[in-house]
Amino acid sequence: MSSRERILGRVRRALADVPRDDMPYEQAVPRDYLREHGERSVADTVDLLAENLADYRAIVHRCTPADLAATIAGMLAARGAKTVLVPPGLDAGWLAEVDAERIADRAESTPHELDRVDSVVTACAVAAAETGTIVLDGSPDQGRRRITLVPDHHICVVRVPEQVVSSVPQALERLDPARPLTWITGPSATSDIELDRVEGVHGPRTLEVVLVGEDQASADVSV
Amino acid sequence: MSGTFVGMPAFPEAAHEAVNNQTLRGNLRHATHTIRAKRAKAVTEVSDWAELREAGKRIKDHTLRHLDRYLEQLETSVTAAGGTVHWAADADEANRIVADLVKATGESEVVKVKSMATQEIGLNEALLEEGIHAYETDLAELIVQLGKDRPSHILVPAIHRNRGEIRDIFEREMSEWGRPAPEGLTDTPAELAEAARLHLREKFLRAKVGISGANFMVAETGTLVVVESEGNGRMCLTLPETLISVVGIEKIVPTWQDLEVFMQTLPRSSTAERMNPYTTMWTGTTDGDGPRDFHLVLLDNGRTDTLADEVGRQALRCIRCSACLNVCPVYERAGGHAYGSVYPGPIGAILSPQLRGVTSEIDASLPYASSLCGACYDVCPVAIDIPEVLVHLRERVVQGGEVMSKGNKVVLKPAKGHAAERAAMRAARWAFGRPGALRAGQRLASRTRRLHPRSLPGPGKAWSGTRDLPAVPAEPFRDWWQRTQGGKDGAK
Repeated sequence: MSSRERILGRVRRALADVPRDDMPYEQAVPRDYLREHGERSVADTVDLLAENLADYRAIVHRCTPADLAATIAGMLAARGAKTVLVPPGLDAGWLAEVDAERIADRAESTPHELDRVDSVVTACAVAAAETGTIVLDGSPDQGRRRITLVPDHHICVVRVPEQVVSSVPQALERLDPARPLTWITGPSATSDIELDRVEGVHGPRTLEVVLVGEDQASADVSV
Repeated sequence: MSGTFVGMPAFPEAAHEAVNNQTLRGNLRHATHTIRAKRAKAVTEVSDWAELREAGKRIKDHTLRHLDRYLEQLETSVTAAGGTVHWAADADEANRIVADLVKATGESEVVKVKSMATQEIGLNEALLEEGIHAYETDLAELIVQLGKDRPSHILVPAIHRNRGEIRDIFEREMSEWGRPAPEGLTDTPAELAEAARLHLREKFLRAKVGISGANFMVAETGTLVVVESEGNGRMCLTLPETLISVVGIEKIVPTWQDLEVFMQTLPRSSTAERMNPYTTMWTGTTDGDGPRDFHLVLLDNGRTDTLADEVGRQALRCIRCSACLNVCPVYERAGGHAYGSVYPGPIGAILSPQLRGVTSEIDASLPYASSLCGACYDVCPVAIDIPEVLVHLRERVVQGGEVMSKGNKVVLKPAKGHAAERAAMRAARWAFGRPGALRAGQRLASRTRRLHPRSLPGPGKAWSGTRDLPAVPAEPFRDWWQRTQGGKDGAK
């Protein structure tokens, strides 16, 4: 007998008490929890996203589409980045004013090569305001998962308000499980020393998020 | 379970030693109190906590009640997404599957994401016997591995170490394993985290094989989820060419939507955050992104035996958040090592004796490692009634009876050492069945009450050392009731 058959057999014997007409999934799971917490205007939801991102030590910038290129260029210059990694489908206009050398991510780039790059700029798939989370799904404007992991500085652009949802349930609805997903809430951190949060372990130690939208006060660095 | 725990003394002896360790008690008190207050705050932020908790409980219960169906569905969806599914009935089989998979790649080292399942089966030790070095990459696991220590907490295995001890371990041991600790390393947490970053980076960048567990597996989509903080998980899950995930069969949830419950309750319960820094969700393999080969090893190792117990099976709802450890007065004082298992604290006290059986001294003692205060049940995000299962397991230890072991029905003998309790209960049953004898006994006790000792002799001495024996009244209750007609005539 294979282990598969052995385990499934054990499971079935263990569940001898469960009736054949046991309650189906749809009835067994009550979903009377909230789809989102509290009622907010669209602008309030974007503000909450900015607030929660900052609360977990992401650096938040807000600007209009017209100012995006200058904002990104300013962030990279302030950081002193000499090289910036670019996912294949990133809007070329976003980096139009950047001085740093642009490095295209190629399938054959080794992790060691990625480790020598200063910064990476990506878009995102969705952002959840209540938790201050951005989610990447590997689309061409976000690239492979490793490019937002190995470099020490990640700039992520969120189009507001269209890419912002309130809550975790709403974020999951927008995501495709077939894609490789990375949920990011602040820079890498650990609670392993005396159960206290310390930022900066293996992932990018600096996470900068740009909220870009028509009604975002130009080049206003908030919080 | 892991060989490192073989021959553990019973909980009372191990705890006695731990309680006398002042540093350990200080470290644990500091850490558990810090997180307790934070968790309470994180939970208050969501007004529908009770509903989320109930939904989490029901999702897990439903899945467990139809586990065979969901396991088959998961296998189909993981396979369709490009993964390979293996089944392991016990620890040895899981270790052999993983060792063979690693050897097939030609590699002799692997990087590991923190995983309770691989701790439970003693994977690192088994791989080492095959000449394969497994590097733990979670900061706390690294501290434990470098310190040649054992884990003492589900979430923070090195919770028993303070920053000074961690600094000493890094300075002493890192050079043995790879890049040495930076010169002049201090004990500030940020510097310690930096030292770990530098030490592990070379291992991540050259790793060809990663090994992980998973927090959740979604049956309908074949998606696996790893919830983490440091980014070591992302490194292990995305940089290597081969990924092997060893996951307990109880980690399934039926649908993608079910994640909306646990992604809200798990971070708040474990690290007291709205959301943990990183979560990776992957479905099989993706061309050009991440590992080319993905293997899922589904682990039984006592889980089906636990499932067979209608009261005890609720322990399989556990999502390993460790909130119950952080609130437990016993854990806070005794520490994790005294539980003799990778699963310490209240959840360990009900999980280990079920996964391993109650035949060893340590496992038979674990259901007693509790004051039954119920704080663990209050904080549990999937509402496991830990006190209920503890009492149920105490009954099993004392009375024995029929249980499942490795898929077979066995009859447990009543444990030794509870003879006095059993004798007392038998005597009580005899007396309560014979009113005349009971009355005579009670009257005798009342009349001789001035002669009663204030503490018990012999084996009862320890019990009465911290308690007063109940005083016997001058007149038995039943005599008083008859004499006064239940107090109706007002007579005393």
